Amino acid sequence: MSVTKFVGSSDKQQKAEARKAWLKRYKDSLRYSLYVCTHPFDGFWDLVHEKRGTLAAANTFLFLFLLARVLKLMLTSFQFISVPVQHLNMFEEAGSLLLPFLILCVANWAMTTLFDGKGRFIDIYIAMCYALVPYILIQYPMILVSRMITFDEGSFYTVFLGISVVWSVFLAFVGLMEVHDYGPGKTLIFLVVTILGACIIIFLLLVFFSLLSDAIGYFVSFYREIIYRLY
Amino acid sequence: MKMLNRVLTGLILACLLMAAAAQAFADDSFSMAQDGFSTSYTYNYDYWRDVQMSPDAYRVKKVINSMTLGLENLDGLSMKNPESLFVRDNELYIADTENNRVLQIHYNGEDFSLVRIISEIKGCDNPALKKPYDIAVDADGNIYVADYGNFRVVMMDKDLNYVKEFVKPTDSTFDQKLDFLPRRIAVDVAGRVYVLAENINTGFIKYESDTSFTGYIGANKVSVDTWSYIWKRYFQTKEQRAASESFVPTEYENLYMDKEGFIYATNTVFSEYDLLYDNAKPIRRLNGIGNDILIKNDRYPPIGDMWWIEGSTANGPSKFTDITVLENDIYVALDKTRGRMFGYDSQGVMLWAFGTKGNIDGAFTNAASIEHMGYDLFVLDKLERSVTVFTPTEYGTMIFDAIDTYVRGNYDASADLWRDVMKMNANYSLAFRGIGRALVRQNKFKEAMSYFEKAHDPQNYGRAFKLYRKEWVEKNVWWIILILAAVLIVPLAIGRVKRMKWEVIEHERNKVRRIVG
Repeated sequence: MSVTKFVGSSDKQQKAEARKAWLKRYKDSLRYSLYVCTHPFDGFWDLVHEKRGTLAAANTFLFLFLLARVLKLMLTSFQFISVPVQHLNMFEEAGSLLLPFLILCVANWAMTTLFDGKGRFIDIYIAMCYALVPYILIQYPMILVSRMITFDEGSFYTVFLGISVVWSVFLAFVGLMEVHDYGPGKTLIFLVVTILGACIIIFLLLVFFSLLSDAIGYFVSFYREIIYRLY
Repeated sequence: MKMLNRVLTGLILACLLMAAAAQAFADDSFSMAQDGFSTSYTYNYDYWRDVQMSPDAYRVKKVINSMTLGLENLDGLSMKNPESLFVRDNELYIADTENNRVLQIHYNGEDFSLVRIISEIKGCDNPALKKPYDIAVDADGNIYVADYGNFRVVMMDKDLNYVKEFVKPTDSTFDQKLDFLPRRIAVDVAGRVYVLAENINTGFIKYESDTSFTGYIGANKVSVDTWSYIWKRYFQTKEQRAASESFVPTEYENLYMDKEGFIYATNTVFSEYDLLYDNAKPIRRLNGIGNDILIKNDRYPPIGDMWWIEGSTANGPSKFTDITVLENDIYVALDKTRGRMFGYDSQGVMLWAFGTKGNIDGAFTNAASIEHMGYDLFVLDKLERSVTVFTPTEYGTMIFDAIDTYVRGNYDASADLWRDVMKMNANYSLAFRGIGRALVRQNKFKEAMSYFEKAHDPQNYGRAFKLYRKEWVEKNVWWIILILAAVLIVPLAIGRVKRMKWEVIEHERNKVRRIVG
């Protein structure tokens, strides 16, 4: 009796400790993203090869990125963004970013594995998510700022938005370079190849989808026919 | 992990299946929303380019045709292919082209009566008019006729005595092999005549009042798209190039002289692609040297309909066959494609659009010309051989009054009128803008902002917001200072306290060390 109790409590303790350790690692990996933003070459190398980044942190950044997009459309002052809010579907908006992001990651992984890229899929995914951090860091405050400035002061706003995008793209580029251990030229070539790969993936998905929809349509019409015959 | 993978794959498959099923089940009936134009209702375009139905701005008051004019009893000749209208004061002139005459009609706002039929000019070698396409009358009552069949623009005084005529320019810029075929004319206060002639694509032919030719104004720019240029320049043989048509500027469709002496011109030859990006410029306002100075301050340029469906009875975009400018700089363009009238204010904001094709009163089979007398509109139908008189409804009058009072500088009264407009049409962004502007003048910035937001007017919103922000900062300046102070001073104070503590500890330690040492 007492033994099981003892074991149980130690199990609980172990679990609590594990959770604590995980939380610490998670926090550290979140904070590490700031280092990646400012020291991309060093940062991305350690992120992947020294395991400084975590999947959880990467997921967090991706989620925040999608949320930033949706909140930006919903909350930015109408002086700067004109969105037909009555037609806005936030899941559609988030999905229209998430899907290309994932497809590009998959395409990049698929292409680089064939040409001695060092990165695993998980590495590419984590690196790309960390590259989104400047976008997140700048876009959220800019939503607030947009509500405090007037139309004439809009250039200020646009410049910051531009910076956030350029910074993120630069980080993604460096990230791919470090993850695969490529040179800049080879990375550039593989960016183009990645886009081609993404097109192929989309094409296959569309073919699959339309075939599936045709197949289901057949059964649907079959069902309808029977219903009409019966009644 | 394996389990998770399987669950994930299953989920993705299920999603795909559901989406596919949803598509298979979806009702694919055609949406009518795109072409709200099969109705004759008055409408307007909102900020999103969606059609918003509105109350009628105009209603049919009278229809003038051969029967109501009594032409049958007079000489049995009913109107035939009338081409154009002109209004001077209370006189309406109709160019009855195929009958070689011009009808002058008096209209006193209620009733109309035939004044005279102009078919011959006194004291002229060639007295009979032949296919008059257009008329213009100056302030003194002198009548100018575009005498198409006689290759001249002829001027006569108000008693029909011949004064002078404007004929084919002998200038080398005019191809002498071509006939001079005047289709549309306009006359300015100084007696200068502007002629739109057939087969002349270098703009309007301009004559001084002494009948001397002084050149062309407002030639259309040659429109070449990059790809066809590259194709022609680099990939075609010389023979092919010679055989294919060359890039030439296009002819105008019509012109109108406004009260300030600027020419409003309409143009119907353009590509649809150019239209929405404001490269086609179907409506232009030309200054003395032929530059387009039309004001376009709205989100979309004045191009008439912004959506159209191919394959119905009316194809393609709006084609403005005529234009008229009211006293308050509101211009109304007549679309021959769908028989619609589009009203725009001086800033290029669409006020309303109405009209349709058909045979009932207020509908046209071949709308050809538009004129105005006060706020009343006259529209000539070439095939129906009739002139339809439209008069503004209460709603239409209200819009005009609100714009007029604003232009006169009576902003508060204008806002009250706009509020009345808003009661009748809550989708009218011009009304929101008008009220907002009046509110800014009354220093009610917050309310003004909400009106500008509803009107989707970022410029005015920005102005109101700037003033509101200034007011807010001035009101809350003490709070701002307090919060700033708190943010700056509190961390400083905390640092100070920490340092003091540390100093005390150091002091104690030193004491201990000293004692031990």
